[in-house]
Amino acid sequence: MALLDIQDLHVTFQTNDGQVHAVNGINLSLNRGETLGVVGESGSGKSQLAFAVMGLLARNGRAAGSVRFDGQEILNAKPKLLNRIRAEKIAMVFQDPMTSLNPYMRVADQMAEVLVLHQGASKRDAVAESIRMLDAVRIPDARGRARLFPHEFSGGMRQRVMIAMALLCQPDLLIADEPTTALDVTVQAQIMTLLADLQAEFGMAMMLITHDLGVVAGACDRVTVMYGGRIREEGPTDPIFADPAHPYTKGLLAAIPRVDQKGDRLSAIPGSPPNMSNPPPGCAFAPRCDFAMEICVQDRPALAAFAPGRARACHAEISVIREGAAPHDDLPFEAAADEAGALSTPEPEPEIEAGLSTGPATAGPPQERPDDPR
Amino acid sequence: MTHAEPLLDVRDLRVTFDIRREGDMPWSPPRLLHAVGGVNFALNPGETLGIVGESGSGKSTLARALIGLVPANGHAIWQDGTDLIGLSPRRMLRYRNDIQMVFQDPLASLNPRMTVGQIIAEPLRTHHPGLSRAEIKTRVKENMERVGLLPNQINRYPHEFSGGQCQRIGIARALIVEPKLIICDEPVSALDVSIQAQVINLLADLQRDLGLALIFIAHDLSVVKHISDRVLVMYLGRVMELAEAQSLYAAPQHPYTQALLSAVPVPDPELERSKTIIPLAGELPSPMSPPSGCVFRTRCPRAQAACAESVPELMGSPTHLTACHFPGKLSEEEVALAVQAEAEPA
Repeated sequence: MALLDIQDLHVTFQTNDGQVHAVNGINLSLNRGETLGVVGESGSGKSQLAFAVMGLLARNGRAAGSVRFDGQEILNAKPKLLNRIRAEKIAMVFQDPMTSLNPYMRVADQMAEVLVLHQGASKRDAVAESIRMLDAVRIPDARGRARLFPHEFSGGMRQRVMIAMALLCQPDLLIADEPTTALDVTVQAQIMTLLADLQAEFGMAMMLITHDLGVVAGACDRVTVMYGGRIREEGPTDPIFADPAHPYTKGLLAAIPRVDQKGDRLSAIPGSPPNMSNPPPGCAFAPRCDFAMEICVQDRPALAAFAPGRARACHAEISVIREGAAPHDDLPFEAAADEAGALSTPEPEPEIEAGLSTGPATAGPPQERPDDPR
Repeated sequence: MTHAEPLLDVRDLRVTFDIRREGDMPWSPPRLLHAVGGVNFALNPGETLGIVGESGSGKSTLARALIGLVPANGHAIWQDGTDLIGLSPRRMLRYRNDIQMVFQDPLASLNPRMTVGQIIAEPLRTHHPGLSRAEIKTRVKENMERVGLLPNQINRYPHEFSGGQCQRIGIARALIVEPKLIICDEPVSALDVSIQAQVINLLADLQRDLGLALIFIAHDLSVVKHISDRVLVMYLGRVMELAEAQSLYAAPQHPYTQALLSAVPVPDPELERSKTIIPLAGELPSPMSPPSGCVFRTRCPRAQAACAESVPELMGSPTHLTACHFPGKLSEEEVALAVQAEAEPA
C-alpha cells in the first residue's frame, strides 16, 4: 500500500475576482522511502497541493477529493486527527525559513515545544533531544546555538533548523516546499546533501516541491510535472530528463541555461502561464505549445500511461514531440494567452475604455498563505 | 579584448558603510562594514560583464556605487575622462542618461500608480524636457514594441502584467534614453524558468542590435555564462577572478570559483548524481571584520600560512585574472580532503 495516496484532488479559492482553480483533479501516490519531485512554475498549483495534504489551506480555500495517508483519509479531517498526523507522521519544510520560525522564541524552545506537545516529553528532555537533532543537521556548536533566536542564524542555518524541527518526531513523510530556493548555490548543495543523508538515515519518504529541475535531477526517484493545476507528465527521473514526452517538460528542460553546456540562444517558451480564475477549456498549455493542434484548444487531454511507470497528458504523438518542433522564432509579442486563453493575436482592450482592470494578469494563487504570519 | 578606450574604467572602488548602533555616542568609534573593497575592472563599449557572487558578496552595492546610489571611494572613469565617483547630483544627471539600471523585483521597481506609458516616458521627461508629447508617445510605443510589449497596452497599470512583462517594462524604461550602459541587477532571478529565458534572449538581442554595454549581476552562474563576454567573481567585496566567460567556466583558477561552479545543479540525473561538490568550510565571515590577507582563506580548501599575510593581487594573463596566491585546478586529493573534513561532525 502506498504511504500517501492522493485521488482526484481539487483545490479552489474563492476570491474577489471569482473562483480560482489552483489544483484540478490530481492523482498521486508515494511509497515509503521514496522521493518524489513535484515540478512546476509559479501558479502551477504545486504548493497548494502540499497545503491541501497538510490541511493548511488559506481560509478561502476548499479541497475536495481524497488524500489517504497510510490508509487513513486525512483530507478535510478533524483538527484533532490532523494535528496528530502533522509533525508526527508528515512534516513540512517551507521555502522561507525566516517567516516560518517564530522570531520571539529561542530555537531550542520552539523546537522543544513540538516534542512537549506531541510526545508529552518533559521540557528538559525535549531540549536535549532538540540539541541532538540540531547536531544531526550539522549545525556547529548546537548546544550554544540552540539558545539563539532565529535572526541570529544565516539563511542556510535557519533552513537547517527548520529541517531539524521537521525531523524531531521522525516523520514517515517529509514535504519540502522549495527548501533551497532562497539560498545560495553552495548552501543549496549542502542542504540537498543533508536531506539525502537524513532521508537514508531515517528512512522517510520525501515530496520535494520545486521549480528547479537541476535540484530534482539530483534528488528524486520519480518526477511529476505540473502545469495549470494538472499533472502533465509523470515518471521515473531518468527517462523524463532523457526523453521528455510532454511539450511543456521538453520546453522547460530546453529553457534552462546550463553551466556544463555551451549554447548561444536559450529556447524560451513563449507567452506566460494561464490565469487559473478563467482556465481555458482545452489544454492549459496549448497557447504556448509548439505542437498545439486544433483539438488541443477544445479538448483537454487526459493523463494516460504510455510506458511502464510513465504517463503524460498530451494530444500530440510522442514521435512528433521527440522529433521536435520546427524551430520557430520567439513570438515577437507576448501572446495574449494569459488573459483569454486564446492563441496570440491581440485584441483591442475593452476594459481600458471602461476604466477598470480585469484583475491581475499573473496566474493567480490565492493572496494569503496560511503559513505566513505577516 | 583590448580597446583603446574603455567605456568605464573602475579603479580601486570601495564602499564602506558606517553602521552605528542606536545609542552609540557621536564620539564613539565608527563601526565600519566593508561592502566593496578595492574593485578594479574596465568595461569596453558593447561588452557584457557578468558579476557573480553569493548574497553578501557586494555585487549589488558595486552596481549602486557606479550610478551614485551609495557613496563610494575610488574612481570610475567614464569614456570622456570624467570620474563618476563623488560627482555632484547635478553633474551626475548627464551621465545617468548614459547609464541606466534594471532592477531585480520587476513589480516593486514600477510605480503602481503610474501607467506603463508614464513609467516608460519618465526618464525621457527628465533627461530631454524639450520633447513634445507626441514625440514622447512615439518613442514610448517604439520601445514597447522593441521589448515585446503591445503598444496598445500603454494605458495599463503594472499590476495588470505578469512578472516577465513587468521586467520588459523596466527594460523599455531603461532603453528609452538610448543609454550606452545598462546595469542589470538580478534581472531574471524573480522569474520562472520559461520566462527567464525570454528575458535573457531579449537582453542579448537588444545588446547586439543597439551595441549596448551591459553589467549583468546575478547569483546564478549558468545565466551569467549565457549572456556574458567576461565574468567577474566576487566574494566578500573583493574580486576573486575576472576572465573571459569561456575561459572562466572551462578552467576556473580560483578555488572559490571552482567550489561555486561545482555546486550548480545540472538538469541531468546521471551527471548530477555522480558529480563531486567541493564543500566550503564554515560560513561567510562578517564584512565588519574580514579575514586578513585573502578574504576567502577561512573557507578555502587550499589555504596556507601565506594566505593570511598578504592580500593576493589580480594576476595572470590579460584574458584571465585571478586573485589567489595558489591558483589552479584543485586536485582530486584536495577535493577529497575537503569533502572528508566537511563530513566530520564539527
